[in-house]
Amino acid sequence: MLWLLFFLVTAIHADLCRPDAENAFKVRLSIRTALGDKAYAWDANEEYLFKAMVAFSMRKVPNRETTEISHVLLCNVTQRVSFWFVVTDPSRNHTLPAVEVQSAIRMNRNRINNAFFLNDQTLEFLRIPSTLAPPTDPSVPIWIIIFGVIFCIVLVATMLLIISGIRQHRRKNKGPSEMEDSEDKCENVITIENGIPCDPLDMKGGHINDAFVTEDERLTPL
Amino acid sequence: MIKGSFLVPYIIMLVVEGMPLLYLELAVGQRMRQGSIGAWRTVSPYLSGVGVASVVVSFFLCMYYNVVNAWAFWYLFHSFQDPLPWSVCPLNGNRTGYIEECEKASSTQYFWYRKTLNISPSIQESGAVQWEPALCLILAWLVVYLCILRGTESTGRVVYFTALLPYCVLIIYLVRGLTLHGATNGLAYMFTPKMEQLANPKAWINAATQIFFSLGLGFGSLIAFASYNEPSNNCQKHAIIVSIINSSTSIFASIVTFSIYGFKATFNYESCLNKVILLLTNSFDLEDGFLTANNLEQVKDYLASAYPSKYSEVFPQIKNCSLETELETAVQGTGLAFIVYTEAIKNMEVSQLWSVLYFFMLLLLGIGSMLGNTAAILTPLTDSKVISSYLPKEAISGLVCLANCAIGMLFTMEAGSYWFDIFNDYAATLSLLLIVLAETVAVCYLYGLSRFESDLKAMTGRALNWYWKAMWGGVSPLLIISLFIFYLSDYISTGTLRYQAWDAAQGQLVTKDYPPHALAVIGLLVAASTMCIPLGALGTLITRRLKRGDTAPVA
Repeated sequence: MLWLLFFLVTAIHADLCRPDAENAFKVRLSIRTALGDKAYAWDANEEYLFKAMVAFSMRKVPNRETTEISHVLLCNVTQRVSFWFVVTDPSRNHTLPAVEVQSAIRMNRNRINNAFFLNDQTLEFLRIPSTLAPPTDPSVPIWIIIFGVIFCIVLVATMLLIISGIRQHRRKNKGPSEMEDSEDKCENVITIENGIPCDPLDMKGGHINDAFVTEDERLTPL
Repeated sequence: MIKGSFLVPYIIMLVVEGMPLLYLELAVGQRMRQGSIGAWRTVSPYLSGVGVASVVVSFFLCMYYNVVNAWAFWYLFHSFQDPLPWSVCPLNGNRTGYIEECEKASSTQYFWYRKTLNISPSIQESGAVQWEPALCLILAWLVVYLCILRGTESTGRVVYFTALLPYCVLIIYLVRGLTLHGATNGLAYMFTPKMEQLANPKAWINAATQIFFSLGLGFGSLIAFASYNEPSNNCQKHAIIVSIINSSTSIFASIVTFSIYGFKATFNYESCLNKVILLLTNSFDLEDGFLTANNLEQVKDYLASAYPSKYSEVFPQIKNCSLETELETAVQGTGLAFIVYTEAIKNMEVSQLWSVLYFFMLLLLGIGSMLGNTAAILTPLTDSKVISSYLPKEAISGLVCLANCAIGMLFTMEAGSYWFDIFNDYAATLSLLLIVLAETVAVCYLYGLSRFESDLKAMTGRALNWYWKAMWGGVSPLLIISLFIFYLSDYISTGTLRYQAWDAAQGQLVTKDYPPHALAVIGLLVAASTMCIPLGALGTLITRRLKRGDTAPVA
C-alpha cells in the first residue's frame, strides 16, 4: 500500500513538474560566467535554497501566505545548470497560475539574485522579463549646462574684442586732429620770440614742401 | 576611404601628384605676388575666372563644413556623463527591454541617427529644425567669428594653437591605442599590402583624391600665402617639406586610427563568438564554461553529428564570426568619426576622458579648417575698396558668419544630414580637379613652361629640376584628367545618383535615389564653380573685342 501511495505521489509530482508543463518556468544559471574561480557547485543544498527563495516570494503575495518549501517542485536539472519549477497549492494537486508566480518573482528578483551572488543576466527566468533599471536622468541635462558655460565665455570674449576694436578705431580717428593742435601751439611760441613779433614763413595756411623739410629741422624765423 | 594596404598608392601619389602641384601653386604665388584672382589674371587675362572659381568653392565649403564642428560640440558636451549616452540603449515604455530601433541597430548608431540627427527616412521629408544641433551650430560660428574677428593677425596666433594641440592629443591616443587589446590586428591589416587591392584602380583613385584634398590644392589659399614670401625664397624646399610633414601626419593619424579600428574589430569579433557560444550552450544545455573559442569548431561538429535535428533548428541563428569582415567594414566620412570611433571609445576604460580628448581634437582640426576657408572668402571682400570703405572688417566678418550660420540651419533639419552629404560629395570634388587642371595647363602651355622656368631661375637663383618639368608638363595633367574621367564614368555608369538613407524600422541604411530637386541642386553646385572659368574667359574675350572695336576706327 505504502509503495502504491509513494508511486502515486511521485507520479503526480512528475505530472505537475515537467518541461513545458502548464505554469512551469525554466530557470537557467550561469555560475561560472558570473563568479569564475569562486564558482560553487550546484547541489541539492543549493536547490533547497532556491525552493526557499521561491516560497518566500510566493508568501509575499496576498492569499498565498501559507506557501511552504515543499510546495515548490524542481525537475529536469541539467549540467547547464538549468531546471524547471512549479509552485503547487496546499493540496498539492494543482499548480498556482503562472501570472501570480511571475509577478511574485518579479517583485523579489533582487533578493533572489543576491542569495546566489548572481544578477539578472546570469540567473535567468525564461518568460519572466526582468524590470530594467532606468538610467538616472538629472532634472537639467548635463550637456546644456556645459553648453551654457562655454557659450557665455565665447560671447564675453567676442564682446571684449569688438569693444577694444571700436576703442582703437576711435583713438586713431582722434589722433590726427590732436597732432594739428600741438603744431599750431609750437608755431605761436616761435613767432613771439624776443618780444618782437616775427613774421615767419607762412606755414599755417600754406603748403609745406616736404622736399625742404627734414624731421629735425625747424624753420627759424627771419 | 582609408582601407588596408593604402600606404603604397598613397606614397606614390604623393610623390607624383602632391609635391609637384604644391610646388606649382607656391611658385605661382611667389612669382606673381598677388592673391589667386590677381595672380591668374597676370598669367593670362583669360584666366580671371580661375580665382573666382576658387572663392566660390571656398564659399560652399564654409556653408556646410561648420556643421561637423556643431556635431563635434554636441558629442563633446555629452561626454561628461556616466555612462556615456551612446554606450547604453534607452529603455522602452514598460521598462522590460530596450527601444526597438536601438536593439536592431547598435547603441552608437541609435545615438547618432536618432538623438543627434533625428534623421528622417528620406531626403524629401525635411522635418523641422532641431533646436539642439542648431544651438551647437550657433556656438560653432561664434567660435569661428571670435578667431577671425581681428583679421589675419589673430588668425595666425589661433592657428598655432589649432595646429599643434592635435599632435599632442594624437600622441596620447597613440600610446593608448597601441596598448589596447587587439590593436595589433588593425596595424597588421594596415601594413600588409594586398595584391588584389593594389590592382583595383579604386585604391589609386582614393589615394590621389586624399592627397589632393589634404594638401588644400586649388583653394587659392596657397597662392595667397605664397605671395607674401620673399622673391628669393626657396619654395621648392618648402613644398617638399610641407608635403612630407602633411603626409607623415596623415600616416601617423592612420596608425592611431587603425590601432583603434583593430581594437573595435577584435572586440566585436569576440562578442560575436560569445553570442554563438551562449546560443549553443543554452540550446543544448551544455555545462557553463565548457564551450570556449578554442574548441568551438570541434564541439559544433560533434553536436551536428550527435543531435542533427536540434542542430539544424539552431543553425540559422549561428553567425559566422570573422575578424577579417570586421576589419573590412569601412565606413566613410562623418560616419567614421562619429560612429566607429565612439563605438571603440565606449569600450575603453575611463571612456569619458578619451571621448573628451577625441572630440576636442576633432574640434581643433575642424575650427582650423574653417579659419582657412573663411580667410579665403574674407580676403577678397576686405581687399575690395568698395565694401571696406563702408564697413569695418569686424562687421564684414560678422555678416559673413551670420549669413553662413543662417544657411547652415538647413543642415540641422531632420533631412539635413542628407543635404550635408550632397554638399560634401559634390561641392568641392569636381570643381577642385578642374581648377587645378586649369592651373597646370595655364602655367605650362599658356604662360609657357620655359618662360616660367626662366622666371623662377631669375627669382630664386636656382635652376628648375627636370623632375618638376616632367611632372608639370605631362604626368600631373594626365593624372588629373584620368581622375576626372573616372569620376564622370562612375556617375554615368550608376545611372541616377544614389544615397544612403536610415531606415528606423530595420535599423540600418538603405539605398535610395535622389529626387529631381536634389539632382538640380547637385548640378547647380558643380556648375556654379566650374562655369566661372569659361565665363571668365568669355568675359575677357568680349571686353577685348569691344575695346578693339572702339579703337579700330580711331586708328
